[in-house]
Amino acid sequence: MSVYELYTVRRQRTIGMKESQSLLQCSSLRTHQIKQASLVRFSFDDKLIEAYAGETVAAALFAAGIRVLRQSPRAGAPRGTFCWMGLCQECIVVADGVRRPACRLEVQDGMVVQPGTVP
Amino acid sequence: MAAAAQGLSVRLLDEAPQAGGQVYRAPPQSFGAKADPEGIRLRERLRASPVTTCFDHTVWSVSPGFRVDALRPDGTVSFTARAVIVAAGAQERVVPFPGWTLPGVIGLAGATIMLKSQGLLPGRLTLVAGQGPLLLAVAVGILKAGGRLAAVIDLASRAEWWADWPAIASRPALAARGIAWQLKLRRAGVPIFYRHAIRTVTQTESGLAVATGPVDAEGAPLAGAGHEFLVDVVTVGNGLTASTDVTRLLRAEHEFKAVRGGWVPTLDADFRTSLPGLYVAGDGAGIAGAAAAARDGWLAGLAAARDLGALSTAAYEQRVAPLRRAASRARLFGAAMAKLMALRPAQVAAIAGETIVCRCEDVTRGELDAAVREGAREVNQVKAWTRCGMGPCQGRICGDIVGALVAGRGNGRHEAGYFTGRTPFRPLPLSQLAPLTDYADLRLPPPAPL
Repeated sequence: MSVYELYTVRRQRTIGMKESQSLLQCSSLRTHQIKQASLVRFSFDDKLIEAYAGETVAAALFAAGIRVLRQSPRAGAPRGTFCWMGLCQECIVVADGVRRPACRLEVQDGMVVQPGTVP
Repeated sequence: MAAAAQGLSVRLLDEAPQAGGQVYRAPPQSFGAKADPEGIRLRERLRASPVTTCFDHTVWSVSPGFRVDALRPDGTVSFTARAVIVAAGAQERVVPFPGWTLPGVIGLAGATIMLKSQGLLPGRLTLVAGQGPLLLAVAVGILKAGGRLAAVIDLASRAEWWADWPAIASRPALAARGIAWQLKLRRAGVPIFYRHAIRTVTQTESGLAVATGPVDAEGAPLAGAGHEFLVDVVTVGNGLTASTDVTRLLRAEHEFKAVRGGWVPTLDADFRTSLPGLYVAGDGAGIAGAAAAARDGWLAGLAAARDLGALSTAAYEQRVAPLRRAASRARLFGAAMAKLMALRPAQVAAIAGETIVCRCEDVTRGELDAAVREGAREVNQVKAWTRCGMGPCQGRICGDIVGALVAGRGNGRHEAGYFTGRTPFRPLPLSQLAPLTDYADLRLPPPAPL
């Protein structure tokens, strides 16, 4: 580590555990970008979720604090969004009976979404 | 647009609802938000061109003679073409660590999509880790959108960022933006740990607990005190790899170029693959960045027009000369960035045995090593024995890492090879592949006499 790097690291303050816990409590993840979109409602795992028109199912669930979208087939471990561009297939959900990646699926009013766990 | 301007009939198939790829990705129109001005300009140019655009079309197969199959919202559709230009771009590589499969651990590229197109902060308190220019882009993007950062964990040293300064300075606007980003992070008091990497992420009741530690120039973990963080989201990325689904499926020749993101299709100076009529442009031909991609794409379009007889060789040469010079300048900057993003072998070698490498099928490093010990020398053998890379992502996420792991046993990356391309590129519902059939309507032959 160079002297400069040491200086940089010393000068900056790492956020402590207690402070982290209070920061994790604060409000919405949605930014100012959504200006005029109308509200739509859909369900995930029988819970009612509010979203903005144009959002993907992945974004709406993420904003609603829902991270776990399915269990992996072999280990049964929780999985959620990862690549956000339709490549990894980790965010697969069952939307109105069809398996779709949540990150490539726009929310529709009245959509019924279930976790993508393969039984 | 280059090929269409020569009078050819050109169709653009794009998986996304709007043109722009990842770099110029726009928010949904319903948000009423402003997109990046360069993206708006490019989309307007495309609209004004004679190109037929097909958005929301996910290409799931390309067969020889060029039949292109795509899934669109109302079902599958196929097109035939005399030539195909593949512009599939890049995909993110993440070097696995314990906990990388936990919900809340997201790719750096994924984080840029959340910010750019979904108006969403990746987390309330985010840790940004990995290597390459996306690291700074995501960190600054989060700050600008009003988010908080726990730290930036950079695999590269500070010196590495400056090592290719002449190449970086060849694009003054981008170089200036990089410096502005560094300053912004500094002003916000975000700690940056160079030559560090994530060791583990674990789920706790109050969030994700991240342990980080120092690494050497090759990415191998070093003894010494690391840091611990409690965050709700970790965004991590170890550079980009070329998206080669189409060229691998068609069995075009490929070559291994570590600094261009791994296995890439073999191309001549006119972006031709080893198969007549098949061209590749952009990051899918090897990581070189958005500026180079735009120029290379234009050149590939002109090359296709000439090969199809729509442009004379003399006219072609006249058009491409200035473009080629600009393209090689653009590639210089892209190459410097790609170098920062290149996979560090010792980081892969240090993956622990119980760590999942293939996310789709939950295959661990230990299981891959066992297959290699049993005699597997090539990634497709490993795939058949362990199911690694056989899941719905088709090995896009783990492919480069598996190649490096299999190659680490004395055989090189060439012998270790790459996953054979298979259809469908994306999983698609069987009901959309075959028209719905009523069993009663099937004409069955009469049963054989007893």
